[in-house]
Amino acid sequence: MEWRDEGVLLSARGHGESAAIIEVFTAGHGRHAGVVRGGGSRRIAPILQPGAQLSLAWRARLDAHIGAFTVEPIRSRAGAILSDRLALAGLNSTAALLAFTLPEREPHPDLYAASLALFDALAEGSDWPLLYLRWELNLLEEMGFGLDLGSCALTGSREDLAYVSPRSGRAVSRGAAGEWADRLLPLPPALLGQGPASAAEIAAGLRLTGHFLENHLAPELGHRPLPEARRRLVALLSRTA
Amino acid sequence: MTDAPAEIEALIEMMARLPGLGPRSARRAALHLIKKRGVLMAPLAETMAQVARSARECVNCGNITTTDLCPICTAEKRATGEICVVEDVADLWAMERSGTFRGRYHVLGGTLSALDAVGPEELRIPKLVARVADEGVREVILALNATVDGQTTAHYIAEALAGTGVTVTSLAQGVPIGGELDYLDDGTISAALRARKAF
Repeated sequence: MEWRDEGVLLSARGHGESAAIIEVFTAGHGRHAGVVRGGGSRRIAPILQPGAQLSLAWRARLDAHIGAFTVEPIRSRAGAILSDRLALAGLNSTAALLAFTLPEREPHPDLYAASLALFDALAEGSDWPLLYLRWELNLLEEMGFGLDLGSCALTGSREDLAYVSPRSGRAVSRGAAGEWADRLLPLPPALLGQGPASAAEIAAGLRLTGHFLENHLAPELGHRPLPEARRRLVALLSRTA
Repeated sequence: MTDAPAEIEALIEMMARLPGLGPRSARRAALHLIKKRGVLMAPLAETMAQVARSARECVNCGNITTTDLCPICTAEKRATGEICVVEDVADLWAMERSGTFRGRYHVLGGTLSALDAVGPEELRIPKLVARVADEGVREVILALNATVDGQTTAHYIAEALAGTGVTVTSLAQGVPIGGELDYLDDGTISAALRARKAF
């Protein structure tokens, strides 16, 4: 068995004295693990940082085997991010959520493209928090828990959408919410494409996506807690709100 | 497998677990020890037994020592008001080899890692915050690896120390001594460019 692809490194951990087991998110093969021989060496270890874009060749005798990767760096993003506390937290959260949610060896080309765009924005230091928030919505949708923010679940109206039902994930307009408003999740206008997002809107948006990640997606993945890296990112972003 | 007695096979097997040794090199090392058992093997065994009995972590900084407090923590002249935070004892030894840092250390014993469920408590970060207050520390130098995990930990420590009034610094990142630009990865070059200084 053999294939070649490009991918983003999600995690790497030492294996034996000099090897490493890496987990990558690839365009054509989804989340995939494999051994990198010499992955702990001075030459290769610096390449194996989360967020790094790699050219990968995977080889194994049987498809069920973990197999071995040969890696070549395409783009290292860690160097540009290490000194930026918030961007580093964003990179950690993105990589951790991908590792947490994606099933192994199942391609998600649209999510891969969105993830690459997010990793690039983090490395370039451009205004990425809104992109990150949209990426979490995208992740939920790819995993089958997409939110329907197009129209009000009660009236069908596309105007004045202000809440999301915590059960159905559908938008609710301010007028239709009435006395139920305090039981609904606030919908930040920035998620409807209405202007740039303030820090408070980003924080509200992350509470929204966090609810569905924690209460709808995570139970389907064995009731594991959401990655600590996401909690840290949310705490940092909320502090600026 | 050889025709060696079971005890010697057991020795070879244990030595093969050491870093840098495989079954063949462990066999060669074991044979060498047996040939020099009077002058090398017996003293080595005795020293190893002694260290196994007495080795422990310094209760203050986490350095490896044979008493409750390591020699660096007990030395008055090392109380310079500076603490250098390192990931591992091997990093402390590397810093000491350089001979340029004369303050005290704090060994974390790892980095924050969601993958391995390593949190601040496991890394002795609360102990570091307590030391800053107790020892009248002026500067904390973060000498952590320039990796995603290392720098995530560094940012966390900087936040934890934010209210203490201590100056937090970190090691510079960039071109190593003897390094050639042509061989450096793009991340190192961009870090070096950002950290450039007047010449």
